Amino acid sequence: MSAAPLKAPAPAPVTAPAARAGAASLLAHPLAKPLLALAALLLLDLFFIPGFFTLQIRDGHLYGPVVDIVNRAAPLMLAALGMTLVIATRGIDISVGAVVALSGTMAAMLIGGTMVVNNGVPEYVANTPMMLALAAAMGAALLCGAWNGLLVAGLKLQPIVATLILMVAGRGLAQLLTDGQIVTVYYQPFFFLGSGYLLGIPCALWVVAAVLLVVGLLLQKTALGLFIQAVGINPVAARLAGLRTATLIFFVYVFCSACAGLAGLMIASNIKSADANNAGLLLELDAILAVTLGGTSLAGGKFSLAGSMIGALIIQTLTYTIYSLGVPPEVNMVVKSIVVFAVCLSQSAGFKQLWKGRA
Amino acid sequence: MSAVLTGARGVAAAPYFTSVVTVVLLAVLLLAGGAAYPGFLSWQVMLNLLIDNAFLLVLAIGMGIVILSGGIDLSVGSVLALTTMVAAWLLNTAHWPPAVVIAAVLVLGALFGAAQGAMIHYFQLQPFIVTLAGMFLARGLCYLISIESITIDDPLFVAVSQVQVPVLGGFLSAGAMVALALLALTIWVSRRTAFGRAVYAIGGNEQSALMMGLAVGRTRVLVYAFSGFCAALGGVLFAFYMLSGYGQHAQGTELDAIAAVVIGGTLLSGGYGYVAGALSGVLVLGTIQTLIAFDGTLSSWWTRIVIGALLFLFCVVQRLLSARVPT
Repeated sequence: MSAAPLKAPAPAPVTAPAARAGAASLLAHPLAKPLLALAALLLLDLFFIPGFFTLQIRDGHLYGPVVDIVNRAAPLMLAALGMTLVIATRGIDISVGAVVALSGTMAAMLIGGTMVVNNGVPEYVANTPMMLALAAAMGAALLCGAWNGLLVAGLKLQPIVATLILMVAGRGLAQLLTDGQIVTVYYQPFFFLGSGYLLGIPCALWVVAAVLLVVGLLLQKTALGLFIQAVGINPVAARLAGLRTATLIFFVYVFCSACAGLAGLMIASNIKSADANNAGLLLELDAILAVTLGGTSLAGGKFSLAGSMIGALIIQTLTYTIYSLGVPPEVNMVVKSIVVFAVCLSQSAGFKQLWKGRA
Repeated sequence: MSAVLTGARGVAAAPYFTSVVTVVLLAVLLLAGGAAYPGFLSWQVMLNLLIDNAFLLVLAIGMGIVILSGGIDLSVGSVLALTTMVAAWLLNTAHWPPAVVIAAVLVLGALFGAAQGAMIHYFQLQPFIVTLAGMFLARGLCYLISIESITIDDPLFVAVSQVQVPVLGGFLSAGAMVALALLALTIWVSRRTAFGRAVYAIGGNEQSALMMGLAVGRTRVLVYAFSGFCAALGGVLFAFYMLSGYGQHAQGTELDAIAAVVIGGTLLSGGYGYVAGALSGVLVLGTIQTLIAFDGTLSSWWTRIVIGALLFLFCVVQRLLSARVPT
């Protein structure tokens, strides 16, 4: 079983200087293109947005546009992490947004917050102990993942159809819970996850870093990464080679929903409320876009967690740039779609042939 | 005993089984509604199902052809919104004559679809991702025209929106008549023309279709062009129905259309099903909505949950059936 089908570097002409060959192999690195795209965006910001790279420490917290971008990208990074593994197994999970809405709603409703006057000082108290509420919300997300996993791995439904069911019903469930209203939370400790700071760095980033570290170590230091790749490259061969593909696929979907659930908690905590109608709306599409931008093949097999993180950053930087340049925010969708078309075409063999034929 | 079992198995394995299940389900839903709520089973309520869901039926017809060919089109809801927006803008700001506007948006929709089909076929991209990008693009273009809703007060559009075609004591809207006509036409095309057979062949097995010498590329581009055309036609009907253009129109309708097609008995893996299933699927969705509206105590969020449950049910039935039918 081979590892990722890395493209064999083009044989460099013998006469070419070593430096050029070195640059070519650097460019052939799977992360080169996403990094270049991000760099180009940042360069644009450097010239057109004054003070883009300023960083300052206020009240012991790190502030600045760059920190803001990374902080706001956190939920998307989480969703993209889960989505990467799902796509690596040739799957897709379009229920991410619904799971975000569901977990955020669960947490917000359970915590809520009522005002209690203690010794003449008004204080907000959670309706349910916060840890319990968070556990319940994550439990709901895990259940969603198990449901998806069961449909895909157990019933062998097409992933897009299997997750479509939850995408339709999940948001309906969240709306039913809140009756379509926005649930506001009045409980200080809950806000820490989405807008708190730890050692001067936003708490959300610590969470993303922790999840990334754990998953990255699991994939690198155990055979798990290899197994996921094997399933993505050829599911039948992987099964015949003795892999328990169904179990693997099941847990990949559970993990994706868990990431989405965590992202939902983060969003709810950041906006101090849960909006079942709009929370995480179209987040699945952004996550898929981030994964594609990061160089993960939609056909499965070849995947890169770091690439997906860069992809998420590209999307958030793009959004920030568009807002800052004074371009109407609605243009964002058009730009995003053009980026998707461009990335897909650059991955397509037919387009490369056409390009070579012309050149 | 075993004869009964074999018989039952034979019925369950028949090609039209899921379609029959849908029709039975529709009848059960209607009868249950009639038993629970007085006035539910009136002829006009039935006709209203068609009037309120005419645009969805048109979308589902296009989606049905795409799914039969083994693809999927996620852009239809956005193209519908874009059509209402372009039509409203052309009427109000550019002052084009309404007939020209309708022709222009229909051509635009077909071209949009054809471009997606060409990308899918000639660059071997996944239909899912291409039409996803198309969905973003169309929605974004709506907002480029205007963020606000544009009211349509063109006399022709207003007149058409008020047309009532008498049908056996009740009436249908012009939109519903157009949708039914399109349905009849598409059923004929899918069963009786070379194009229709090519669609089924490609959905069944693209490799075989290619080896049979069918024009796979042309058929596929036409399939997506047809879906784009249907989305634009749905947009025109929607504009008749709402008399406005708005970028937020029909959010998530692509999912309703897919659900209607699946519930109508078409296999999502392609090559198997009936265009007419779109009608039964749309009617089932419409009936559920009407039931919830008649009940009055259930919140409308239940619609989404019930649709999700039905989708699940039909996917599982399809799965079990396709596991049994030797192919």
